[in-house]
Amino acid sequence: MSADTAVRPRRNSLRPAWEEKPTLLGQFGKGTILTVVVAAVLVPLWVVVITSLSSEKTINAAGGYVFLPREFDPTAYVVIFSGGQITDAILVSTVVTIAGTALSLFVTVLAAYGLSRPGTLGHKPILFYFLLTFLIYPGMIPSYLVVTGLGMKDNLLALILPTAISAFNLVVLRAFFMSIPGELYDSARMDGAGELRILTRIVLPLSKAVTAVIGLFYAVGYWNAFFNAILYIDRNDLQPVQRVLQQFILAGQSPSTSGAAIAIPGLGSSVPPSLAIKMAVVVVTIVPALVIYPFVQRHFTKGVIVGAVKG
Amino acid sequence: MVSAPPIAAEPRAAAKKAKKKVKAVPRRQLSFGQRLRRDWPLLLMCLPAMLLLLVFHYVPALGNVIAFQDYNPFVGDDPLEAFLYSEWIGFGNFEYLFKNPAFWDSVVTTLSITAFQLVFYFPIPILLAILLNSIMSPRIRSLVQSVVYLPHFFSWVLVVSLFQMMLGGAGLLAQTVRQAGYTPPEIMTNPDTFMFLVTSQALWKDAGWGMIVFLAALAAIDTSLYEAAAADGAGRWRRMWHITLPGLRSVIVLLLILRLGDALNVGFEQFVLQREMVGREAAEVLDTYVYYQGIAVQQWGVGAAAGLFKAVIGILLIVGANKLAHRFGEQGIYSKS
Repeated sequence: MSADTAVRPRRNSLRPAWEEKPTLLGQFGKGTILTVVVAAVLVPLWVVVITSLSSEKTINAAGGYVFLPREFDPTAYVVIFSGGQITDAILVSTVVTIAGTALSLFVTVLAAYGLSRPGTLGHKPILFYFLLTFLIYPGMIPSYLVVTGLGMKDNLLALILPTAISAFNLVVLRAFFMSIPGELYDSARMDGAGELRILTRIVLPLSKAVTAVIGLFYAVGYWNAFFNAILYIDRNDLQPVQRVLQQFILAGQSPSTSGAAIAIPGLGSSVPPSLAIKMAVVVVTIVPALVIYPFVQRHFTKGVIVGAVKG
Repeated sequence: MVSAPPIAAEPRAAAKKAKKKVKAVPRRQLSFGQRLRRDWPLLLMCLPAMLLLLVFHYVPALGNVIAFQDYNPFVGDDPLEAFLYSEWIGFGNFEYLFKNPAFWDSVVTTLSITAFQLVFYFPIPILLAILLNSIMSPRIRSLVQSVVYLPHFFSWVLVVSLFQMMLGGAGLLAQTVRQAGYTPPEIMTNPDTFMFLVTSQALWKDAGWGMIVFLAALAAIDTSLYEAAAADGAGRWRRMWHITLPGLRSVIVLLLILRLGDALNVGFEQFVLQREMVGREAAEVLDTYVYYQGIAVQQWGVGAAAGLFKAVIGILLIVGANKLAHRFGEQGIYSKS
């Protein structure tokens, strides 16, 4: 798709005068590579979305996956949202993601601000305490014992608290806070503002973009978490979407649905879920990322990550 | 959750600890009490994060000492009590581990995958970044970037599922091949090609995202260098060799070090998801070994010993790789100071 435009550079003025003219072969090669790369990402997603919106008949006619959209049949989505295990899972993941992201952002912002001024009391040892987490890992088995020992088995807190703090995110946020000119702090303090006030009235409004990206990182982490659920969640109605996805697609089990949905053909209690329903589950796990992504994406290269690399 | 490289910045700052002068808040020889009165709100703000890390990071890190125990969860009412009453057996778990061929198999598999990915994964984001950087049109560049960054935000379950749906036995490829009247190839379940499979999955998920660091480094190269070289008659390949690659050198070395330091980490979820499909021989890495020994089979002490082994070797690798970097005259992850 992008190849056509890549082959013919539309605006030659972009090329500096000293650079030689691009060779046709080179341009063609670049265009091909980029097209293949982009297609490798987009084609699977396309097929999944189209198949999820196809009727049983179209799927059977195609012999499985559907390439070309023929119709718009939302049956699969109606089924997965009308109660049962998948609906539960979507709810669980939504709750965990929202609550978890809120907690993580709250705690991370506070700590990043608390550490944003070198020279304050205990600054170095506290910073070291956070940085040491990069070198020392907790280990799976002791973590398991601690979390279950705190009685969090089959408790959604087990999907939130153990991964609530990422020292990496903290350090990125801190680096940004430190780049805010000190005069702003000083003048606010002159005016008698307390630390919390400075944080909420001056620092946070200036760092909306970074905070949004950090929030996205946390949210994606919570939404995508899979293994913690294997470790800590046994109850069927508390499983997050990733676990359900794994059960349906990879382990080939069928979802249990509530009575309302069983009437729909292809979803009896023992019949494996129809392809459209499987694909709809896949789409549901992708959608949150797709929705938030465009809002945050433009900040990736600006500031956040690049800034962290440069130190 | 973000790839490791950007971490680089801070440990360096931490290393600056040794050097004394940090100019920020003027420190007019305030007494401890005065500083406490001034800074207590900041300390309080750090507290919640510190507590969370204490409970869910440092306590489990210390909990690794059960590697030296014959840990038995049933001698107490809760893990702490069980820990107190369990028998200390010195290096018994490690002896068991080192005599266990399955453990060494998992170490070998892990290291082979790391070596394989150093060759077939590591250079790809660099090449992609150089390629993308050579595209003039900003629209194409940002379009490609938006698309290839996306899979980084997908979970491993989703990535493996998508591969299964595209390349698996009942997948799109098999469906097409079968309709054309041929037998579809076995891709998702073949242990012999498993290394290619996991590497392609890793590439699909993270190669695009991995470009970011290199694109930033490329953007930082002074364009007048290129202009001067072109004026001196250097062609595009010579310019790439003498300007672009040297410009990327320190980032490449840094990431290489981080990768070496992380040699025993090849990802856990990706393998645990596919272990059943391709079998233990091909897919058992150290992390899955820890899980299956420790939690699934409930040999807690042995599993913890394997985890501790991995952690200790990991720290040695990072320190060693960093020494290597200094020898090459690069900055490394933390400076010497």
